[in-house]
Amino acid sequence: MSTVLEARHINKYFKKPILFHVLRDINFSVNKGEFVSIMGKSGCGKSTLLYVLSTMDTDYEGGLYLNDKLITNQSRDHLSAIRNKHIGFVFQFHYLLSDFTVLENVMLPAKKLAEKSYQEIEHDAMEKLKMLKIEHLAKKKAFRISGGEKQRVAIARALINNPAVIMGDEPTGNLDSHNSENVFQIFKTLSEDEGLSLLVVTHDEDFAKQTNRILTMEDGRIIS
Amino acid sequence: MTNWPLILSISKTHLLTKIKQTTIASLGVTFGIGSYITLVCFMTGLNAMLDDLILNQTPHIHVYNEIEPSEKQPVDLYDAFKNSFNVVHSIKPKLSQKKIHNALPIIDYLNEDDRVMGALPQVKTQIFYIAGSIEIGGNLTGINPLDEARFFRMGDYIVDGSSEALHNSDNGILLGIGIAKKMSLKVGDRVQVSPISGGVFSLKIVGFYQSGIADLDAIQSFTNLKTVQRILGETNNYITDISVKLHNIEDAVPLSKKIEQQFDLKAVDIKTANAQFETGTTIRNLITYAVSITLLIVAGFGIYNILNMLIYEKMNDIAILKATGFSGKDVQFIFMSQAMIIGFVGGILGLLIGYGLTSLIDTIPFKTEALPTIETYPINMNPLFFVIGFTFALVSTFLAGYLPSKKSKKIDPVKIIRRQ
Repeated sequence: MSTVLEARHINKYFKKPILFHVLRDINFSVNKGEFVSIMGKSGCGKSTLLYVLSTMDTDYEGGLYLNDKLITNQSRDHLSAIRNKHIGFVFQFHYLLSDFTVLENVMLPAKKLAEKSYQEIEHDAMEKLKMLKIEHLAKKKAFRISGGEKQRVAIARALINNPAVIMGDEPTGNLDSHNSENVFQIFKTLSEDEGLSLLVVTHDEDFAKQTNRILTMEDGRIIS
Repeated sequence: MTNWPLILSISKTHLLTKIKQTTIASLGVTFGIGSYITLVCFMTGLNAMLDDLILNQTPHIHVYNEIEPSEKQPVDLYDAFKNSFNVVHSIKPKLSQKKIHNALPIIDYLNEDDRVMGALPQVKTQIFYIAGSIEIGGNLTGINPLDEARFFRMGDYIVDGSSEALHNSDNGILLGIGIAKKMSLKVGDRVQVSPISGGVFSLKIVGFYQSGIADLDAIQSFTNLKTVQRILGETNNYITDISVKLHNIEDAVPLSKKIEQQFDLKAVDIKTANAQFETGTTIRNLITYAVSITLLIVAGFGIYNILNMLIYEKMNDIAILKATGFSGKDVQFIFMSQAMIIGFVGGILGLLIGYGLTSLIDTIPFKTEALPTIETYPINMNPLFFVIGFTFALVSTFLAGYLPSKKSKKIDPVKIIRRQ
């Protein structure tokens, strides 16, 4: 089985307000099609780890590999391009561009990638919305829809460029149990049917239990 | 590689959803540019009018024979007193002729000079205007009316008549309007003049001369060169003054020096004659530009402010754009292009408003004694001002947008996302 994402000896320090060793020698990998969750108490460094893995945070030591290619110490512009093409994000707060319609929100990363024509992108975006059963919202402004709907739009946006891996920072943390279950089922389907790799930070034990693998973190280390 | 259509569509959405802020920011530019155009067109129009008031009538170089004492008194020529300190009391000016010796060849010579636009002969003399038993003192100047009109815009100062009428009449006179009022004369009447040497000549009034300077208008009249020469009983090479108009006013000083040396005549350049006038022009220009630039800078700060606020409001958008793969540069371009669109739209509107206001001012009646041909407020609608105004709109919005957009480029998405 091929490795999608691999971390080797990742260390990170917070320098302010005092020097703090937040990630200590993190080693792990995510295989293709695997659904991995990261659990741990608040402040154990799981979100920090996720942002290092996401390439948005470049202030760390160690090596990060995406599809077996080293992406540590690449230029910021190059990392942006990598994020655009290979990594999809779903956050706890839905983070849609509120001035834009749902469809535009979903299309944006694909327009940035600019590998397809406008019509193709629009078609793809509608496909993703249909898959998540929210195609009827396509023309609504993003700030006019409910929280659960927003999260599904965010998932559609994360999927639009067919990324290698989807990362979630407590994607269900802000949703009621019904919507949580809904989002989990979507992830599960994506992982099983589409062979997508998923890496999700969560507090929700029920959620974590149903994933392929649980990484538990404590004091900046992965303990299991 | 930058995806401009995408960036522009994002900034368009931002601008349109915040249409109020966008409008206010654009209006800042609009008023800045509009008032700049209005102010500059109006002020330079006034400046040009005031310049013309003096420059049109004044020759760039005035050549004549000065009545003055000899620089070398006879005692200086005597060798015996060479090493002594000589004091001469009660020096009298040297008797010399008023006419310029060899005036016509000198005029031909000056006209051949590349720097000279035209050198015109004049005959100036004192006369009396005779009304019954009253004699009013005055000046009569013989001119070539057509050339004067061509080079010194004589026509602008002629009311009720024209330079052609003077040119075509053998014994016509262009009477100063002050004299005409004193003597209740109108065009077509005859006026009697008498030169100092005696005799009375009857001249026909072909028009009135109004310079705007009342004292001058009360004494000054014009006739053809030939007419004055006939009144004075002189031949046609009797020329007392030469007015020189140059292509470039900067040549006045060197050329006048050269004329003085070469022909042993007095040559006064316009800068010496009107030193205070140039200072006035410079200071008026300075004030115009100081005020205009202030207006534009204020508009620039307005844009800076609004863009800064916009970026704070769009913090989440910036984070999400960066997280989904937009580079810092893309985000900077998004805000830069918003600033430039505001500058572009505001600038165009400003040009229109400026054009409208100046056109309006151009129609407001403005009557002045000084310039009889001026009917409305003077406007100098130079396309260059519109180009400068628009360029400044773009440059100032660029600068005002640059700093906030630079900040947006540096925003760390992780910090924004974690803050929640």
